[in-house]
Amino acid sequence: MKPVHLLPLGLFVLIAAALAVGLTLKPRDIPSALIGKPVPAFALAPLHESESPFTDEDLKDGKARIVNVWASWCVPCVAEHPILTDLTAAGVSVYGINYKDKPEDARLFLRRLGDPFAKIGVDPDGRTSIEWGVYGVPETFVVSGDGVIVYKTISALTRETVNSEILPLLKELNGGAE
Amino acid sequence: MKLSLLRSLLLVFSLFFSGQALAVAVDEEVIADPALETRARNIMTGIRCLVCQNQSIEDSNADLAHDLRRIVRERVEAGDDDDQVRAYLVARYGDWVLLRPPFKPRTFFLWFAPLIFLTGGIVALVFALKRRRDAPTSPEPLDAAEQEKLKKLLEERQGE
Repeated sequence: MKPVHLLPLGLFVLIAAALAVGLTLKPRDIPSALIGKPVPAFALAPLHESESPFTDEDLKDGKARIVNVWASWCVPCVAEHPILTDLTAAGVSVYGINYKDKPEDARLFLRRLGDPFAKIGVDPDGRTSIEWGVYGVPETFVVSGDGVIVYKTISALTRETVNSEILPLLKELNGGAE
Repeated sequence: MKLSLLRSLLLVFSLFFSGQALAVAVDEEVIADPALETRARNIMTGIRCLVCQNQSIEDSNADLAHDLRRIVRERVEAGDDDDQVRAYLVARYGDWVLLRPPFKPRTFFLWFAPLIFLTGGIVALVFALKRRRDAPTSPEPLDAAEQEKLKKLLEERQGE
């Protein structure tokens, strides 16, 4: 057999391999354009009336933290809630952006499931979330102490993601103090 | 008979196109100035709806698409040119938000792949045709010994 006869087989293998790789990619995982960029300027009214507004200045206090975009109507948010609670219990600072929600629904959600958020801003029309490049809830960001977005993950957090990616990152950003 | 077939074909075609026109999202708060609205609409057709992924924000009814349409209109009204509006969205959502991928080194393969495959196909075709042309078209004429053999074989068969 002449080598040229192996060409179709070779081409087939090449195309099959490329398609196989393509099948493993998740089209929903859009890489964030904001990684490495400072957080957008924003000012959100607090969910709990006694608190101060949540602004970009709050994210520049020298402490790396998690910013979680959530809503009471979002089912995956319920699923990831215990993970956020555990993070707070472990001493991680978790801030929340309440996306297109009714404040009373959001407060009820937190009364029922517990409130892991150190601070929550409400984004009733989703405008601030668009500034953050959010396209679906929940989304979770890791923001460094000087207010730079260093990491983003979409859809519900998993223990695996938290343990393998988020916690090591926070530890590194906070100088191993976490 | 023939006429009714033509008619039904026409119907199918007209329905096909009217369907496309109806797919445009019914909006909400359009810009008062028709020229600006047309420009905004034009930009929208090139912006991907990130939730539905393969629709533009112009024909998607997703919530996020609606919010992005509002932003496009706001930017247009604020006096941004088309590229500035697109840059605003790209800064937040990356190149992926554009339905037409930008032309830059990372996407060269994407843009040139059809040309590369076409060239490959043409080269293969030329070689195949050349080989066919070079191949002998008619067999060599028989020499005397072969003629003799043929004659013998034919006689044998007739004798059967």
